[in-house]
Amino acid sequence: MTALLEVSGLTKRFGGLVAVREAAFSVNEGEVMGLLGPNGSGKTTTMNLISGSLKPDTGSVRLEGRDIAGRRPHAIARGGIARTFQLVRVIDDMSVRENVISGLAFRENPLWGVSANVEAEKLLARVGLGGRGGVFAAELTYVDQKRLELARALALSPRLLLLDEWLAGLNATELDGGIDLIHSLANEGVTILMVEHVMSAIRRLCSRCVVMNAGAVIAAGETAAVMAEPAVISAYLGDEDD
Amino acid sequence: MTDRPVIAIGLGALVFAALAFVPYMVDGYGMSLAIAIANYTILATAWALFSGPTRYISLATVAFFGVGAYTVAVLGEVLPWPVVMLVAAINGCLLALLVGLSTLRLAGIYFVIFTFGLTELIRQVVTWYEVKVTSTVGRYVFLDIDQQAIYWQLLGVAALLFLSGYLIGRSRLGFALRVIGGDEMVARHVGIDTTRAKLLLFVLSALFMTLTGAIMAPRWTYIDPAIAFNPQVSFQTVIMALLGGVQRLWGPLLGVIPLTLLFDWLNAHFPNHYLLILGIVFMLIVYLLPQGVAGALARLRGLRSRKERASAAMKEARQ
Repeated sequence: MTALLEVSGLTKRFGGLVAVREAAFSVNEGEVMGLLGPNGSGKTTTMNLISGSLKPDTGSVRLEGRDIAGRRPHAIARGGIARTFQLVRVIDDMSVRENVISGLAFRENPLWGVSANVEAEKLLARVGLGGRGGVFAAELTYVDQKRLELARALALSPRLLLLDEWLAGLNATELDGGIDLIHSLANEGVTILMVEHVMSAIRRLCSRCVVMNAGAVIAAGETAAVMAEPAVISAYLGDEDD
Repeated sequence: MTDRPVIAIGLGALVFAALAFVPYMVDGYGMSLAIAIANYTILATAWALFSGPTRYISLATVAFFGVGAYTVAVLGEVLPWPVVMLVAAINGCLLALLVGLSTLRLAGIYFVIFTFGLTELIRQVVTWYEVKVTSTVGRYVFLDIDQQAIYWQLLGVAALLFLSGYLIGRSRLGFALRVIGGDEMVARHVGIDTTRAKLLLFVLSALFMTLTGAIMAPRWTYIDPAIAFNPQVSFQTVIMALLGGVQRLWGPLLGVIPLTLLFDWLNAHFPNHYLLILGIVFMLIVYLLPQGVAGALARLRGLRSRKERASAAMKEARQ
């Protein structure tokens, strides 16, 4: 297996706070990898550094060998990394179809006009929103807005998909549907890096995991093995002496 | 409205062709009203071209307008008219590039304040230059351009503006601007170079404002920085655009016509309370019609169709 994404020495400071410290890990082509850790451990900052929302102070982010660290987000998006947001972000006063077209119209091989409409319908069907293209995004339920966000990210036909707590806030039924959806994407060969707290989802979806605590990577490897490591358990539950 | 470009552009061309005959049908007062309406139609529509989709409220309208007017005041008698217009256009675009590059990273209130401050800055710089270097305060603009010629030029620029606005609205650039207005973070992460898109539209919008200032300059005969860079022009442009509605290309027009007539009447009857009333009108518009007349019309239509749908559903249920 070849590494699609290689992160090394990644560091980001906010004033005196080191949000991410010398983080290093890699995501292989075609795998679904989990990025875990307690609240405030630097997961979302890491996602923002990879997607270009934030510029790293030091370190490199390589996508297929090219260093993209510090590039502007639109360049990174065109270069093959799509993302969803921790707090769902769809454009309320645009139709569902237009929201998806926003992902198609500005990518490396842009689609516009009739071909964009056709492709948008396909993507909507793929995430379970087939036939809903005409309604306003604001009228969708929370879980459907999350599906829409996913369709928009897929519209970029990304080499790597970043999901930031995409399953958070769903009820039990929606969660099963959501896991199935991500599973189907993985089967189609989409490479995914996901920040997630829902353990059942991580066990089902992620072959490998990276665990962060206080800005540093404390464990990485096969999901089951990582979960059993003492450092991971103490990061989540605290040490016995605490 | 209509989704057939040929029909829409054809209809637009017909309307503008008809408007070209206005000078033959009205008297001097009517002509000056027509010029005022054409003037503000361009300013408000050009303003909305950028500020409508991006929701960046710019108070720099008169900075560009004034640069256009001053270009004419300085070069009007030296160079042929088309060349003067070209120089004005270049000046306006350069200024817009400079302003755009330095401000478009600002958001919300900071952008508003900066654009307002910028206009004042330019006015002060021009005043300083005129006093210190050329040792004059004002300039005379003696050009052989009559009211009709001014009107027709404005009409031509307006036609060009509406055509550009229509084409941009259907293009990827127009769509990019809507995405930016909806959520700039999303825009960046779907591959939109937001700075470039905003800058392009800002410069285009400024170009039309500058041309308008240049065309209007001969009307004054005498201009000084206080006239050419009068901030009231920026405020009135914003009020008119907001009253009409900035989400549609023809929206600002619905604000320009009634307000030009109203302001003209107020100026004639309450010259001393004019600014006070202007402020009240501004507040009323923002409170009562946040989406403008065009938005209110659309909402009304939406309500009606929803009611129709509801009553149709009721009928179905009864059967």
